[in-house]
Amino acid sequence: MTAPPAPPPVAAPLVDVRDLVKHYAAERRWFGLGRPRPPVRAVDGVSFTIPSGRTLGLVGESGSGKTTVGRTMLRLQEATGGRVLFEGRDVFALDSRALRALRRRMQIVFQDPYSSLNPRMTVQETLREPLEIHGLAGTVAALLDEVGLDAVFAKRYPHELSGGQRQRVGIARALSVEPQFIVCDEPVSALDVSVQAQVLNLLADLQARRRLTYLFIAHDLAVVRHIADDVAVMYLGKIVERAPAAEIYALPRHPYTRALLSAVPEPDPKAKKNRIVLSGDVPSPAMPPPGCPFHPRCPHPLKSARCRTEVPPLREVPAGSGHLAACHYAEQPMK
Amino acid sequence: MTFGSWLALVVAIVLSAEVVRWLRHRALRHERWRRFFRHPTAAWGCGILTFLIIVAIAAPLVAPLDPIVQPDPVRLKNHAPSLTFLMGTDVFSRDVWSRFAYGARVSLGIGALGALIAVSLGSCVGAVAGYYRRWVDAILMRGVDIGLALPRIFIVLMAVALWDRLSFAWLTLVIGLTSWFATSRLVRAEVLALRERDFVVAARALGVPSSRVIFGHVLPNAAAPIIVSAALSVGNVLLLEASLSFLGIGVAPPRPSWGNMIADGAVTIYTAPWTTLFAGLAISLVVMSLNAVADGLRDALDPRQDPA
Repeated sequence: MTAPPAPPPVAAPLVDVRDLVKHYAAERRWFGLGRPRPPVRAVDGVSFTIPSGRTLGLVGESGSGKTTVGRTMLRLQEATGGRVLFEGRDVFALDSRALRALRRRMQIVFQDPYSSLNPRMTVQETLREPLEIHGLAGTVAALLDEVGLDAVFAKRYPHELSGGQRQRVGIARALSVEPQFIVCDEPVSALDVSVQAQVLNLLADLQARRRLTYLFIAHDLAVVRHIADDVAVMYLGKIVERAPAAEIYALPRHPYTRALLSAVPEPDPKAKKNRIVLSGDVPSPAMPPPGCPFHPRCPHPLKSARCRTEVPPLREVPAGSGHLAACHYAEQPMK
Repeated sequence: MTFGSWLALVVAIVLSAEVVRWLRHRALRHERWRRFFRHPTAAWGCGILTFLIIVAIAAPLVAPLDPIVQPDPVRLKNHAPSLTFLMGTDVFSRDVWSRFAYGARVSLGIGALGALIAVSLGSCVGAVAGYYRRWVDAILMRGVDIGLALPRIFIVLMAVALWDRLSFAWLTLVIGLTSWFATSRLVRAEVLALRERDFVVAARALGVPSSRVIFGHVLPNAAAPIIVSAALSVGNVLLLEASLSFLGIGVAPPRPSWGNMIADGAVTIYTAPWTTLFAGLAISLVVMSLNAVADGLRDALDPRQDPA
């Protein structure tokens, strides 16, 4: 297995994901007696690093495997293959005690603030539990203050809070164990647009204050733009493009990224819109198409027979730039 | 019936009506409990159960006679219901009303305690199976399949054959230990859905120990089906106790239980139907009331009906 070329070293990476694979075994045919069906390849060989204190935006549409990447990294799901190194230690090799210690360092913020809080626990109980378990000195009041919530919310139940307030409680819960790394799994997708900006600003403030490292998962590039230092785009369980944020917005080299960018709403009504509408649906991750996984929907004018047969490797284009793209025609990106 | 027992009976009736009225009044403040009382049968069920519980607790007050004493086996046997003998007397001249009141203690006691054992055990097994899945689930659920496939009455018969006659405590235990299978299935299904919810994943991500995740996060959110299943279990356990006593392997005579009373009166059912009628009626009423209450609870505890 050849690892894709590493981006230029900014600092020692806090998180190093190497060739992560997660397959879901499918039922066998004939009521479990026949031949096995092909597994669902939710994550199919994903590699990236995140330097300490930086944010990697992981973007892709539903079913691209981005959430699975986040959850397997925290060992909330067992990976099928690959390695995740956290400060150089292999996360998948830890025994249960070492894993519990690691839980303090890596946390997660969920997408849906309505299902991420226990409906039968008050905010206070929710936040006190992790403090108790890890024997930490922090207080509920300090945590609430840090996420911009008044102390009166401590006694409330989740159903008495708005979506934005719940998401702040979810962030406070992740902060309670003083982590270094947080997986933000679409933390603003379920919120109103006005609240989205507030929560994004909160996350950015916290990152600056606590020197946090984020894996920021999102399904559109617009949200990621404000918070990510680097952006990786996923399609069918694979990373198809990875580059510094400014770079990827200025010159996307993969036609899928180009299409995603064209879908970002443009605030200026007079601006010329050049929207690329992809035809067809995402193929089933149980039967990914041969060759380039994106070729059945690819709008690239140079698309050729090569795309149908040969899997494009994730390669640096141009060499030495730190901009990776998995397209045979990355040198001639779509306009 | 003495003056004292009449008075106690009237007080019991008034008290149970008052309790229901008070519950209803309290319920107006909560949307959930308003939903409970929207079922007219639920209120009646509550009332009947409260009345029988009061009778059971206050048995020495409501019962004019000792339930075991045979005042005059010759002249007073199979006496029809009258003002002196509210529910008549049985073939041994014992006062059926007094036996009914003391029998309520035994029957409702076994019903409640047996159901408590069954529901606790069923919830724990179901939660463990649903939370850990894989081989734990496979082993536990195959065990439950076996438990559901064996007729309970045979298991209890075997227990009786082994230990001759069972004491009250052992009988309750045996009944409880053979009644939890259905509950565990129900709880397992609920836990399978709950364990994928984000707040459970979050608890695991925070390093909360598994036992605490199960008892602190998963089971409290499965409370609604557990409570409903508990209400239904009491009725099932009561019926099992009645059938065992009827077969003569339940509560030891002369101690009264509703099942015993039916067995005692079975021989004179044509000449003195009151000896079986009231106990049988009580069993049916309790089971029906519990079903009505369970229905009401199912609606009241359904979060989908909660206003957003």
